[in-house]
Amino acid sequence: MSDPILSISGLTKVYSGGSGPQVRALDGVDLEIRKGEIFALLGPNGAGKTTLIGAVCGLVRPTSGTITAFGHDLAKDWRKARARIGLVPQELATDMFETVWRAVSYSRGLFGHPKDKARIEEILRSLSLWEKKDSQIRELSGGMKRRVLIAKALAHEPELLFLDEPTAGVDVELRKGMWDQISALRERGTTIILTTHYIEEAELMADRVGIIRKGRILMVDDKASMMERLGSTEAIIDLAQPLTAVPEELSAFDLELQDDGLRLRYRGSGEDGGRAEVASLTKALIAQGIDYTGIDIHDSSLEDIFVDLVAQGEAA
Amino acid sequence: MSFSLIGAWSIYKRELMRAFRTAMQSILAPVLTTSLYFIVFGSAIGSRMEPIGGVEYAAFIIPGLLMLTLLGETTSNSSFGIYMPRFTGTIYELLSAPIGVAETLIGFVGAAATKSLILAAIILTTASFFVEYEIKYPLLALGYIVLVAASFSLFGFILGIWADSFEKLGIIPVLILTPLTFLGGTFYSLDMLPKPWDTIALANPIAFLVSGLRWTFYGTSDVSIAVSLGLTLGFLAVCVATIAFIFKTGWRLRE
Repeated sequence: MSDPILSISGLTKVYSGGSGPQVRALDGVDLEIRKGEIFALLGPNGAGKTTLIGAVCGLVRPTSGTITAFGHDLAKDWRKARARIGLVPQELATDMFETVWRAVSYSRGLFGHPKDKARIEEILRSLSLWEKKDSQIRELSGGMKRRVLIAKALAHEPELLFLDEPTAGVDVELRKGMWDQISALRERGTTIILTTHYIEEAELMADRVGIIRKGRILMVDDKASMMERLGSTEAIIDLAQPLTAVPEELSAFDLELQDDGLRLRYRGSGEDGGRAEVASLTKALIAQGIDYTGIDIHDSSLEDIFVDLVAQGEAA
Repeated sequence: MSFSLIGAWSIYKRELMRAFRTAMQSILAPVLTTSLYFIVFGSAIGSRMEPIGGVEYAAFIIPGLLMLTLLGETTSNSSFGIYMPRFTGTIYELLSAPIGVAETLIGFVGAAATKSLILAAIILTTASFFVEYEIKYPLLALGYIVLVAASFSLFGFILGIWADSFEKLGIIPVLILTPLTFLGGTFYSLDMLPKPWDTIALANPIAFLVSGLRWTFYGTSDVSIAVSLGLTLGFLAVCVATIAFIFKTGWRLRE
């Protein structure tokens, strides 16, 4: 494994909470991000996703812990580190009266890059904003405003890019466009950390997934191995004749009789998530002379895993 | 310590652009206000006034009027410059950028001070249409205006960070600066006040600013120019120290 591009250790953020109780938004977070990957940070509202991003990008002052980006300690060498980090915030915060062109050019200068009209043009074209370059930002639709924010972050050519809920409030069509753009960025070598509510998004885009809840990272893993390890297969078998009980001969399978004996529900897990077992189950059913009219197989998604994990955390 | 020239310049340029976008408000309004003051106080009332310290009344009020507009406009300009990004959330970009207190100040405060200088030039030009006047120490006057503009840009910057509502943002210029400037000898010399008000008036720091500027114009003043200058420099130093502290602690900027 190559050296991590971002390394967070023991990161804690406690908000004094004014008159209310203290809030522990981040509680000893350890996280390493590899160069060139897309990392998805999943978690329910208030889990600490935005605070975590804020701590790395300089919006939040950590209570304790260290953050190292590109080998620079953020507490000391923040200038060098920040110059290489881009942020697309969740809120559509834009200078409403500024034109798209000026807003994006400004971002480039703010991060210390000399003017480069060709580069800005390329960015605007790639985000389908070129036709709007002289429009004031307030005239744009929500989806376009979000793309302006992305353009502003890209204008200073970050090597590490944070996308906080990049597709929140974006319609299905645009969301797909956004995914394509994120993939294109990764191909150019940008490391991307995205937070999302849409588990589908993490499932589709991410190389690795981290699940965060109540300021703690519950699990970080390759998406594939997470699904393999925690995934399961469910099969619903509709029977031609009702059964009164699950036959002895089928006790090796994890079966449950439902719907007045008209339906068998199988749950399997393991390396392949139990698909092979479903095949043996159907053969066993035929051997037992049990006829069936249909089988519906369904692999658990990252969403089911996520919901399970968060529910476990809730119970704990 | 490193410094990003491009970063500072980007902020400076953008802040100036913002002013030109609202040119009607930032240029025409002070021209109109100043003209009204000259018509009322300079021509209508001033023609019946004795010269003060050998200076014709209409000319006497120029430094005070300049100070009145300068303090108000500089403070609100500068406070808006930093308050608006906080209000709309666009400040995230500034906070995540590789720039520090120096670039931020040069950008925001430099732009606000530049606007104030342009404004001062406009007011002085407007005044010349109503009254003939000569500035005795033009370079000192310019230097003094720059100093006041820079100080109150810094002050406005602090105000913009402190304010957590539009009301608080507007309250200081309207409720404190304007009355103090009015009472600080804009329209009269402090020694024209009955006792003990002439002494009480010296508790008003803005009286020293008006007096200092008037000295660079006509060579006469209520208080010594050294005191005025020392007070202005002291105010500048306090503002710089406050802002350095704000950036160090992240107060009202970083969570």
